[in-house]
Amino acid sequence: MASTGTTTPHAGHADVHEHGAHDLSFWKKYVFSTDHKTIGIQYAVTALCFLLFGFFLMMLMRWQLAFPGKAIPLIGGLFGEGRAPGGTMLPTFYNELGAMHGTIMVFLGIVPLAVGGFGNFVLPLQIGAPDMAFPRINMASYWFFFLGGVTMLLSFIIPPGGAAQSGWTSYAPLSDIAGSGQTWWIMGMVLLITSSLLGAINFIVTTIQLRAPGLSFFRLPFFCWAQFVTAFLLLLAFPPLEAAGVLQLMDRVAGTSFFLPSGLVVSGQALQVSGGGNPLLWQHLFWFLAHPEVYVLILPAMGIVAEIIANNTRKPLFGYRTMVYSLIFLGFMSFIVWAHHMFMTGMGTTMAAFFQTTTMIISIPSVAILTSLIISLWGGSIRFNTPMLFALAFLPMFGIGGLTGLPLGLNITDIPLHDTYYVIGHFHYVVAPGTIFALFAGIYYWYPKATGRKMSETLGRWHFWPSLLLMNGIFMPMFLTGLAGMSRRLADGGATYAFTKPVLHYNQWSSFSAWGLALFQIPFIINFFWSMKNGEKVDSNAWQSTTLEWSAAGSPPGHGNFKTIPTVYRGAYEYSVPGAAKDFTPQDQRS
Amino acid sequence: MSDIPIPYTVAPRPDTGLNNGKIGIWLFLASEVMLFGALFATYILLRTGATVWPHGREFLNIPLATTNTIVLITSSVTMVMAWYSLKMDRFTQFRIYLGLTILCAFGFMFIKYLEYSHKFELGLYPKTNTFLAIYFTMTALHGLHVVGGACVNAYLWGPGAKLWKTDKEQFTNRVENSGLFWHFVDLVWIFLFPVLYLL
Repeated sequence: MASTGTTTPHAGHADVHEHGAHDLSFWKKYVFSTDHKTIGIQYAVTALCFLLFGFFLMMLMRWQLAFPGKAIPLIGGLFGEGRAPGGTMLPTFYNELGAMHGTIMVFLGIVPLAVGGFGNFVLPLQIGAPDMAFPRINMASYWFFFLGGVTMLLSFIIPPGGAAQSGWTSYAPLSDIAGSGQTWWIMGMVLLITSSLLGAINFIVTTIQLRAPGLSFFRLPFFCWAQFVTAFLLLLAFPPLEAAGVLQLMDRVAGTSFFLPSGLVVSGQALQVSGGGNPLLWQHLFWFLAHPEVYVLILPAMGIVAEIIANNTRKPLFGYRTMVYSLIFLGFMSFIVWAHHMFMTGMGTTMAAFFQTTTMIISIPSVAILTSLIISLWGGSIRFNTPMLFALAFLPMFGIGGLTGLPLGLNITDIPLHDTYYVIGHFHYVVAPGTIFALFAGIYYWYPKATGRKMSETLGRWHFWPSLLLMNGIFMPMFLTGLAGMSRRLADGGATYAFTKPVLHYNQWSSFSAWGLALFQIPFIINFFWSMKNGEKVDSNAWQSTTLEWSAAGSPPGHGNFKTIPTVYRGAYEYSVPGAAKDFTPQDQRS
Repeated sequence: MSDIPIPYTVAPRPDTGLNNGKIGIWLFLASEVMLFGALFATYILLRTGATVWPHGREFLNIPLATTNTIVLITSSVTMVMAWYSLKMDRFTQFRIYLGLTILCAFGFMFIKYLEYSHKFELGLYPKTNTFLAIYFTMTALHGLHVVGGACVNAYLWGPGAKLWKTDKEQFTNRVENSGLFWHFVDLVWIFLFPVLYLL
């Protein structure tokens, strides 16, 4: 609000102490920092921890799915009699894990890493800005995110109800009458929404206002475009969920009936509420956020992959403008496809026809972007370093995720598939070997800018190849179990149904692959810490890249990023320009 | 490494014609439109889906709400006058007008308190029926916005006004941005009043 138009609190000292950054205390430099690079790293590290935590929750669930009713080995005793008597997981505990796995992975893991982490660290550097437009709001954004995460985590141990158990979608009326964890879930979400709102405003203003001289919109790296469109989605899609959260909070604490219909019977007893509410209202408000959220998950990933592919093919991106227009169109369309998540509600043929048409239309720009990225490989002399391997793997993995989504976008095929493992397989292909691979690619790619050293290629390969194999080991069988009709909401993985018998063993494939995947993240974790001290030292342009973040001197660049604001003379991907001295021409190079 | 100040915090960027704060506040208002838009959509959905709908005009206090509408519109006028006073370099006059704006916010909240407590005395709570649920939710959320705006204005009236001595233009911009938010809060009420009290 009024405090938006501010400069950095330290700007006044600049002329007195030339090395202003060194005068800051430990707290101001590393904890309550207003420097976008520090905040980006804070976001990234916190989000990686949440990703790992969410992964642990899932590994517990995978035990229950593979060996329903058997005691969890080794750690089964840790969860207490209330959750796992004798080490055997209760269905309510399974539901807690399920709801929190989804919530943590989406809202505390991937989005904060893709937008808060990479967006914060890279975007101001790539547009030649000294920092974000509102550094203090940027810091507030991180701390709201942190508080939201803490709230979500604490909800596991706050009596009496434990964590939320109504799925990451929190469908009403179940969520209205669920235990106390659901209230904490809403509190946590409100903090996370505040964080993302502050971040989104910052990203948009920064992109519009702080582009270096000469850096027109069509000279922006594709990554910046991706972040720019993503910020609009966060800005406009999250408030309706906040409204929905307020309404659900009223239902839970003030006894209103926004999502409770008249005559609702719970456990054989009529619920004593005024009634007159509409459970579908929650679904509409939720998916109005959560569909654009899907693109919040995927667009930054596409941005990262585009940067890495252009850099390692040593060629300009194929169809840069087409990709940018596709991105804008995607952003716009993502607001009018939400009800394709709701075909099961019996919405009627007119509504279904509208939403399946828009859904088919929105697949076109996604395909255009993916096709452009694939054609970009054509005729390139490709450098197969670790970031490039992850970026390349993104293409077919996202492709599988996208193509298996088509039957789900059509009413008639969605209805039998919707509540099965097919859907789990579909969206995990988009998000796990899709987006998460792109995020790994980004970590390997920008690590040298943050630390001055490259990560180990050997460990990188020990991370990449097993991960690629095991990701498919987890999710490919889900298409088979899903097509066989196995429900995705059962705590025993469908073991009680006769028709699932022929496919039930695939549950064990998935589970062993998941535990194996955990094992092969260890090389990454070692690499991440080991390379800080021992990685190969590189100069400030580690990958011979054209974009501005590599022109900034130092790794990481000092406070304020650039000695003087750079001037941009050319587009973002001038690789292998005929007649040029080198195979890359940086954006700020005059000729 | 020297510190480069962030550009366009005060002066507008030539090609966009706007400073950072101005774009920021408009984006924030866009998200607020989505927030209240979702609530108005909820109102429409609940009302069209209801078999009987208790009309607000039958038991809500329209004279008090009309007074409140006048109070808020007045406060929007004084808000503009506060900003205009700064533009004319009349700081004392600015303090008077902004003070009046804050007083109007208090007045609005006081009248709202009278309305709320009267409803509670009659045993009308959010849980009574869906109309009262949406009535209390929307007016309470709007009330929170009034309080938020008043807090920002109080800051600009008190400790924040120190900036006037060092950077007049920056301070004027802040008052303008706060004013934009204040007008938005006013505007929301202009929609809430007929929707909840009259229709």
